[in-house]
Amino acid sequence: MTLLITVFAAVISTVIWYNRKDDDMRLGILLFMFWGASLMWLVDAIFEYAELGAEYFTPALEDIINDAFLGLSVVALGLVIWVVRLLIADPKGKVRSILKKTAV
Amino acid sequence: MACFLVSAAEAAVVKVVESVEEKKEQQALENGSENVSANVIPWSVRLRWLFNMLMGGAVLLAFEHVWHGEVTPWFPFLTAMSDPGDAAEMFHEMATVGVCMALLITAAWGVMCVAANAIVKRPEAAPQETKD
Repeated sequence: MTLLITVFAAVISTVIWYNRKDDDMRLGILLFMFWGASLMWLVDAIFEYAELGAEYFTPALEDIINDAFLGLSVVALGLVIWVVRLLIADPKGKVRSILKKTAV
Repeated sequence: MACFLVSAAEAAVVKVVESVEEKKEQQALENGSENVSANVIPWSVRLRWLFNMLMGGAVLLAFEHVWHGEVTPWFPFLTAMSDPGDAAEMFHEMATVGVCMALLITAAWGVMCVAANAIVKRPEAAPQETKD
């Protein structure tokens, strides 16, 4: 479930990146992060499948819920990292102009 | 257990190589070197893609390990390190799962670089009309 949610996040962020109007949103970081995590969880899933066999595809409901919760939390963390990096980089200079206005 | 550490270590090495490569490219640009081709993606950019994939994946997987209680904010940080049996299992997992993760990401990046170069070198086509 975590793998699935991360793959969806990777595909959605890639589509948004492809349709972007400018490079100012630094979406590349977000999609590379999600694709990297997806590939890593894919390896994890392959090893787990090799160990459990067909049982891997019939997880308990509790495990599904926990994994889904984890997957959503991972996506949230990825988005937070991206937004923090975006605000620090401040490619449009908006943060700087707001801070300059408030500075005495 | 700590499989993300392999990718994180590779990411650190890639970052160092990327910095060196970036400096070389800047020097080449300043010197007006003829080796700088317009239709080739610079190595520093390609290495940045790899770093972002490796480090991004490692950070998100580290969070998963915190979630499962395998990583703690206090010494020895990895719960498996407190027991020799668990530590041996952890090192085995790093050598198998961790190395496979790093290899798969590097392989995917290699394919991406080849595809990206092919796309850059492809002649620009006229916009296609939709048939339906």
